[in-house]
Amino acid sequence: MCGISGLVKLDGSQADPHQLTAMIGTLRHRGPDASGIYVAGAAGLAHARLSIIDLQTGAQPMSIMDGHLWITFNGEIFNYVELREELLNKGHRFATRSDTEVILNAYKQYGEECVNHFNGQWAFAIWDTKQQRMFLSRDRLGVRPLFYTQTRDSFLFASEIKALLAYPEVTAEIDLHGLDQIFTFWSTLAPRTVFKNIFQLPPGFSMVVESGNVRVHKYWSVKYAPAEEDGHLDEKRLAEELLCLLSDATRIRLRSDVPVGAYLSGGIDSTVTTALVKKLAGDRLRSFSVSFADAEFDESSYQREASSFIGTQHTDVCCSYEDIARVFPEVIWHTEQPVLRTAPAPMFLLSNLVHESGFKVVLTGEGADEMLGGYDIFKEAKIRRFWGRDLESNWRPLLLKRLYPYMENIQRQSPAYLKRFFRVTPEDLVSPFFSHLLRWDLTAKLKVFFSDAVRSEIQPGEALAEIESVLPEEYSTWSSFNQAEYLECVYLLPGYILSSQGDRMAMAHSVEGRYPFLDYRVVEFAAKLSPNLKMKVLDQKHLLKLASDGLIPASIRGRPKQPYRAPDGKSFFTSVMQEYASELLSARALRQNGIFDASAVSALVSKFKAGRANGVKDNMALIGILSTQIVVDRFINQSTGDTKKYANTFENNGCQ
Amino acid sequence: MQTPSKTMAVNDEIRQFVIENFLFGKGENLLDGESLLDKGLIDSTGVLELIQFVEDRYGIKVADEEAIPQNLDGVTCLADYVCKKLTTIP
Repeated sequence: MCGISGLVKLDGSQADPHQLTAMIGTLRHRGPDASGIYVAGAAGLAHARLSIIDLQTGAQPMSIMDGHLWITFNGEIFNYVELREELLNKGHRFATRSDTEVILNAYKQYGEECVNHFNGQWAFAIWDTKQQRMFLSRDRLGVRPLFYTQTRDSFLFASEIKALLAYPEVTAEIDLHGLDQIFTFWSTLAPRTVFKNIFQLPPGFSMVVESGNVRVHKYWSVKYAPAEEDGHLDEKRLAEELLCLLSDATRIRLRSDVPVGAYLSGGIDSTVTTALVKKLAGDRLRSFSVSFADAEFDESSYQREASSFIGTQHTDVCCSYEDIARVFPEVIWHTEQPVLRTAPAPMFLLSNLVHESGFKVVLTGEGADEMLGGYDIFKEAKIRRFWGRDLESNWRPLLLKRLYPYMENIQRQSPAYLKRFFRVTPEDLVSPFFSHLLRWDLTAKLKVFFSDAVRSEIQPGEALAEIESVLPEEYSTWSSFNQAEYLECVYLLPGYILSSQGDRMAMAHSVEGRYPFLDYRVVEFAAKLSPNLKMKVLDQKHLLKLASDGLIPASIRGRPKQPYRAPDGKSFFTSVMQEYASELLSARALRQNGIFDASAVSALVSKFKAGRANGVKDNMALIGILSTQIVVDRFINQSTGDTKKYANTFENNGCQ
Repeated sequence: MQTPSKTMAVNDEIRQFVIENFLFGKGENLLDGESLLDKGLIDSTGVLELIQFVEDRYGIKVADEEAIPQNLDGVTCLADYVCKKLTTIP
């Protein structure tokens, strides 16, 4: 795992190695083991390395033998062993044992289609010196990040936005439409980011920069079976097939020249991946988890049970309210976008624990909820859809009581109020976003805190219109359940889960996450399954539970879904409000940045101080406002201090 | 029986509470007869906040079967409900 950056001078002028040095210098946390830059005429590549595979000869930027293809690569191609064999048989020669060189030879063999041969998680750029062409690609699900921008005369790319901002002509300015999307969907819709003129290559896309032009190409997307094709219902056979696929996905994700550990959250998904690692890798497996001082969020008893059952050496880091508040500014420096929950913060502490324990690689359970029917929002939509078939029914809405058993405020509601909160209208029933409209509506209410100036820039409903405009043609042929899965898989997963809680928090401490559930073979298998196998009646992840029978403790297979959550607003109002939070939420700072209405925020802060802010909406508002203020403070107000400071300080050890 | 001025005072206090807690001071467009649910002002916790407020402020007890939108979902209907309850307190 690494950090990458690079540029192409669109006017054909000479690339400046010092600018590449400055850019890659901001990504040292992603690759502390080595660094290198390569400059050839109008193009340059830079790399910060976290050595995991081929420790001796895997340095980058790398070239293959004839020297006309150069690559900078972040990630892993897990099937590189098989691909290498295949390419050797086709006459290619290798100088190293690395997966990086396999990419170069695969590109030489297959051209842009090479990405269809890869099973992995990647962001890379290949510079073809003969063609004067830069080819960039990002993995299918968006595990690894890739941002880009264009200045008057240059195309620039990098693993993180802060590297782009190190380039002299790139400045940070909030994209209010991106902010509007975060305050609706929890993330921007790629390629948009929260910064104007800074974009991200969407998952499953490749890009070519050539002769001053930039073009993008979608090489993969998840495709579900049409609703009428309900798939096979041979549960036992499909459960075996799922386990077989997951085992192989885990096996190839253990390819590493350094020890591999596992995250263990106490839920089914990471217990399955950890159990598979243990079966495949044998003894002495280390597992890691985060526990919470507040019992409401803590799952450590399940984590210990899973560790004991599987037989791992387990270590955890206990997270308090104060810990979250303490690390939050650093967390946002790494998320590079506002967030509406503090949930990334404990993941930041967890990756620090892994790093301090001497590990660089962990396998984790992300992706199972999206692909195999795990999220509560799928259950909520199923119940609402069932109720919608007979809106006059008195007993159908009683099923709403089955939702969110871990949320006391929901459980205390009268049936009359539950019916209103989870309302079903004839209009909603025909909406392509039936499953998500309530959540997006609730989140969008946070915009009451936007200043008048910001609200005047944003049209009501524009975020929804944008997402509707990019839905694939076949979306309408999918079942309602699969439509909901698609929205999670294509937007929230890469836009928030894999970035703000995944790559960014792990890489903040030089740790690489690997995700067996996100092996594209598992994803494509899951997409063809009948929704009734993913959620049988209201049993979430039904097929995964069948597949993991005997593999993990029965108590974990049988426990109700408990989503990963962390204490939110309360973290900042313990004994004393954190000084930075107090400053960033002050009327002066709010007015200076101009994004939020200072008096409304003041009323919200007063509500927290009085201990009266306990609702989801108030908490999302506070975290969203504070994290936006941190983004503005760190990336805009202090930009010269934070993003430009690495110029000329990073050792240039590979300049050609 | 509550006097009209008492009813008006309750109405004003509830309105003030709603504006401070759910609109964060931006209450110029709030109509007393409007549904708080339809305006998206309250989530599941908001209902409990409303109940706690009227129980603490007026010394009444909102019974489970009374925690329904017809009684609580709007400044006017909540004020009417509270005043009705106050008349039943000995």
